[in-house]
Amino acid sequence: MRKMLAAVSRVLSGASQKPRHGFAMLPSLVSISRLKQSSQLGLPKCWDYSYSLKTRQASRVLVASRNFANDATFEIKKCDLHRLEEGPPVTTVLTREDGLKYYRMMQTVRRMELKADQLYKQKIIRGFCHLCDGQEACCVGLEAGINPTDHLITAYRAHGFTFTRGLSVREILAELTGRKGGCAKGKGGSMHMYAKNFYGGNGIVGAQVPLGAGIALACKYNGKDEVCLTLYGDGAANQGQIFEAYNMAALWKLPCIFICENNRYGMGTSVERAAASTDYYKRGDFIPGLRVDGMDILCVREATKFAAAYCRSGKGPILMELQTYRYHGHSMSDPGVSYRTREEIQEVRSKSDPIMLLKDRMVNSNLASVEELKEIDVEVRKEIEDAAQFATADPEPPLEELGYHIYSSDPPFEVRGANQWIKFKSVS
Amino acid sequence: MAAVSGLVRRPLREVSGLLKRRFHWTAPAALQVTVRDAINQGMDEELERDEKVFLLGEEVAQYDGAYKVSRGLWKKYGDKRIIDTPISEMGFAGIAVGAAMAGLRPICEFMTFNFSMQAIDQVINSAAKTYYMSGVAAQHSQCFAAWYGHCPGLKVVSPWNSEDAKGLIKSAIRDNNPVVVLENELMYGVPFEFPPEAQSKDFLIPIGKAKIERQGTHITVVSHSRPVGHCLEAAAVLSKEGVECEVINMRTIRPMDMETIEASVMKTNHLVTVEGGWPQFGVGAEICARIMEGPAFNFLDAPAVRVTGADVPMPYAKILEDNSIPQVKDIIFAVKKTLNI
Repeated sequence: MRKMLAAVSRVLSGASQKPRHGFAMLPSLVSISRLKQSSQLGLPKCWDYSYSLKTRQASRVLVASRNFANDATFEIKKCDLHRLEEGPPVTTVLTREDGLKYYRMMQTVRRMELKADQLYKQKIIRGFCHLCDGQEACCVGLEAGINPTDHLITAYRAHGFTFTRGLSVREILAELTGRKGGCAKGKGGSMHMYAKNFYGGNGIVGAQVPLGAGIALACKYNGKDEVCLTLYGDGAANQGQIFEAYNMAALWKLPCIFICENNRYGMGTSVERAAASTDYYKRGDFIPGLRVDGMDILCVREATKFAAAYCRSGKGPILMELQTYRYHGHSMSDPGVSYRTREEIQEVRSKSDPIMLLKDRMVNSNLASVEELKEIDVEVRKEIEDAAQFATADPEPPLEELGYHIYSSDPPFEVRGANQWIKFKSVS
Repeated sequence: MAAVSGLVRRPLREVSGLLKRRFHWTAPAALQVTVRDAINQGMDEELERDEKVFLLGEEVAQYDGAYKVSRGLWKKYGDKRIIDTPISEMGFAGIAVGAAMAGLRPICEFMTFNFSMQAIDQVINSAAKTYYMSGVAAQHSQCFAAWYGHCPGLKVVSPWNSEDAKGLIKSAIRDNNPVVVLENELMYGVPFEFPPEAQSKDFLIPIGKAKIERQGTHITVVSHSRPVGHCLEAAAVLSKEGVECEVINMRTIRPMDMETIEASVMKTNHLVTVEGGWPQFGVGAEICARIMEGPAFNFLDAPAVRVTGADVPMPYAKILEDNSIPQVKDIIFAVKKTLNI
């Protein structure tokens, strides 16, 4: 047995893989890939993950790095194509590392949104709050298909994207609660969060689409092979300015990936009641399109890679429709059950939940264990809890800063308040 | 050595009378430049100076501009920097704002009043609220000074003559905030004297500073854009009757230069505002309100008076159109009324 392991590790010692869980003492073992169940290898039972918890914890180092497959291949749903000869691949390889990362990210978004729900009901968050639980595979999958140097803009259901584009849960929740530790110092709120190469967070339905085309124009202008992901929903898809943006993007071959996040309802109006054609991936007409299973993160990732490669090659814009679903209503003031049935929501939850789908795949292909994923759940819960504590305890921005940041790069000036005697200072 | 240099520096006329032959010094013929050419120059210089500046709009490239304001620019800078757009104001206004968000400096030109109807959302909600770069607007029959001046986050400038046009558009392009430039297309073809400073590539007019076009002692007349010319005409007529008007060209609508206006009112004790826009909630209304709030109120010897466009949608027939905008006689009438003469 030892001879076999040694042989395998010698063969694969060239592989450049990082140790898992910081197990620096076992680099050679970590580089073994495609390990089967311990029983299949004829290894002692202690190496099998079904062993007792205590022993498991003690020998977690050995077990974790020895018992899991390093990657697995999965079949994914074929995308419907519009004006494309071929589409993204129908199989993909998921590495353990990526799987754990995606799982953690999706779970973080899920729990963050649920925490926001809770805080809203406690009236610690006010105003507009549009949650994206159910749509985690979209934000995490899109991010997995692009580079941090690419650009992304979306509408108001933006918390998930704010996270995947690099801001912390702390900054996001503190912004929702309107505190100075928020990413916009408490002055933006739910719909106005920004990060590097993430342009929000936009309240006017559809207006972000020409903005995204403009960012794509800048990408082309600067010549750095960057693309811009420009998202909108099934409701916004009927806005005229989107068609204006399609036209100019195609005319000037802008590297713009138009993405319709179709969650079947534009506020309380189902797609059938709003659109003469619900084939959103075809509505770009002369722009090629893909219809993607938006509940499957691997499908989203592959489609995004495909679309990004298409744009980077200079062929112009492309359109992706992500078929997804939101569990919450349109916003926190919408219970979400007057225009759809609870049964429908329940069915999606039980059959198509994106986190559940990833989990099942990983566990069934031995990329991770149920317990390991549960541990991630616990860690995520703690992170969210800490962030919520911060978001609740952090003070509001000071009143003196009411007039700040009206202009950029300008010398300070005075701003009138509610009457001519109340003045605020404005600093850039 | 010192003696020689002293001789050289002394003006020629002081040198010995024996040296009769000397150069005649005459002032160079004053350079006349139209508003259109001044804007063109301003944009050309900024396009040359900064790679990130580009121009987009309908007919700006191959047609040389609907009003020929961008003549020659496409030939010089090409497709990448001078872009013809389809007829999609909302779309390309959004594209301009998005490009600015990503670090470029677009000049977004609108041909007509459609601009405000279709693209105002992008200018106000996307640009003003999120501190990006420049939006340049061409005005049609309606004066949008009050519309855009209302909105925090925007800067709004309103050039009158060629010097204003060039200096303000250059400042607008270089400003890191969205700037609405209210060009009056009736002024494009009008030539003005172009002072030497304005011929420099670094000639900038600061945003937020008004200019006193004509000094006076009896009454302050404040205006912006095309009506400034009418005010100066009115002032010339009134001068013959012994009334000296101080004419102020606002140049910037937002942020407004109240100091200059107040100082003038405190000197003359009388105020007339003149604008092309409609009276309700307009530039003149804002000036009057602010005068009341400040030190100048106590110096007024009579209520301030506004001269504005008629409170009607712009009519078509010439006689109607002419009477819908402030004319020289209306300004003279208002001045005399204020001075009680």
